[in-house]
Amino acid sequence: MTTVQTKQEISETNRRRYEELRAAGQDVTPMGLPEATALDGAPIAPETVISREQVPAGWYATVRLRRGEALRIVEDTGHSSVSLIGWREEDTSERINCADTVKVQWSAAISKGRVILSDMGRVLLSLVEDTSGAHDLLVGGSTPASTLAAYGATSRNTHENFLSAAAKIGLGLRDIPPCVTFFAPVSLDPKGRFLWNSGRKRSGDFVELRAEMNLVLVLSNCAHPLDPARPAGSGSITLIRHRAPPPAQDDPRRTTSAEIVRAFEFTDRLYA
Amino acid sequence: MTSPAALLSTENISDAVYSHDIPAERPWSRVLRQGQTLRIIDSEGQQAVDALLYCADNPAERYSAQDTLRVQGSAYVDLGTRLISNKGRVMARVTADTCGQHDTSAGCCSCESNAARFGEATKYQHACRENFILELSKHGLTKRDIVANLNFFMSVPIEPSGAFTVVDGISAPGNYVDITVDMDVLFVISNCPQINNPCNDFNPTPIRVIIWNPREM
Repeated sequence: MTTVQTKQEISETNRRRYEELRAAGQDVTPMGLPEATALDGAPIAPETVISREQVPAGWYATVRLRRGEALRIVEDTGHSSVSLIGWREEDTSERINCADTVKVQWSAAISKGRVILSDMGRVLLSLVEDTSGAHDLLVGGSTPASTLAAYGATSRNTHENFLSAAAKIGLGLRDIPPCVTFFAPVSLDPKGRFLWNSGRKRSGDFVELRAEMNLVLVLSNCAHPLDPARPAGSGSITLIRHRAPPPAQDDPRRTTSAEIVRAFEFTDRLYA
Repeated sequence: MTSPAALLSTENISDAVYSHDIPAERPWSRVLRQGQTLRIIDSEGQQAVDALLYCADNPAERYSAQDTLRVQGSAYVDLGTRLISNKGRVMARVTADTCGQHDTSAGCCSCESNAARFGEATKYQHACRENFILELSKHGLTKRDIVANLNFFMSVPIEPSGAFTVVDGISAPGNYVDITVDMDVLFVISNCPQINNPCNDFNPTPIRVIIWNPREM
């Protein structure tokens, strides 16, 4: 005979589970995250490099990654920010989801050891290396209006870069989701106002993203809309696509929390 | 409990051109004409209301959470917030608010994200994205049109450290938010069915929507 829980009992059970997950996600998980990568750390073995591309300030690149490949994004000058969107190659209705990324990990701040999720409860990318830890998921990239307001004239911007890149693979405005911006040190004050922390940008900062599914990524190298530099100080970025060592089942990126263990299980099923 | 009708008694409810109770867990949509005001009433309190806005003439132009926060310079939606489209235009403004803080960074619940967050059994519970998919299908739109939405009456404090938590709703029974549209807008609501976090006090309840024409009309 099954026991029927009353609405009150279900509510109490669910609240208890929520509090347990919150405590694990906010009090325990952050303590287990790896240290930031050193600026001269994590060298890439030359024989694993598939391609290398330097993207000038203001421009974009479209990169296809197979599951298991990695993309290193190097901030050459210390003055750029790099906005990223992406879709699953086999079904582009599955795409990067910033809201789920912060909600599921209980944190609007991502750094080495964290993941970026799709809208389907699966892992798009893992941050396997990260020297910076200063990235933005809330404010988004530059737009025609934001560049006009900042610089007095409309200049190359992330919104139009995303639109151009999407058009070249048969996608359009409807397919451009909110973006992650790397090397964008945005934080919040206690009232929720956004702050820019210039001191957290360094020449040579890099992140390395491992594809956990087959992906099409677009990267836009434009100044973040909160970057106070006038004129924009953006320089080039370097993208290095390479074959990453396959992750072990106990790879720390896969086991940071109960939520992320499940998200990887769901991802692995796509390729089982 | 304060009845919504009592709270609205000074608001010329008799001038409203539309009033509808959205049952717990259900979606709703309607095209609002430029200048109209939509009131969303949290009838019983602590009920999250997920909302998406599309330009009625060209739905590829739609509400953008990131553009809205960038233009505002801060992370929460409240009185005076301009709701900005992905083309940088003002779609609507928050013209009244008796609750005080609303979210637009946490997105909507889905069967798939619930499964990751709360365990695979929760995959088979109704979710906002199911509501959005069904309601958007009436307007020729699909899952790819679902972007980061507004969450009225949902409290999601973001700490300076980045800690991001859906906490107990702060809206009292009858609290409301008014949204006045600056263009013709397809307004889509999911009355959130989530029972795994505190956004609905683990007990989804009905909400009411009311529409007024602009005074000049």
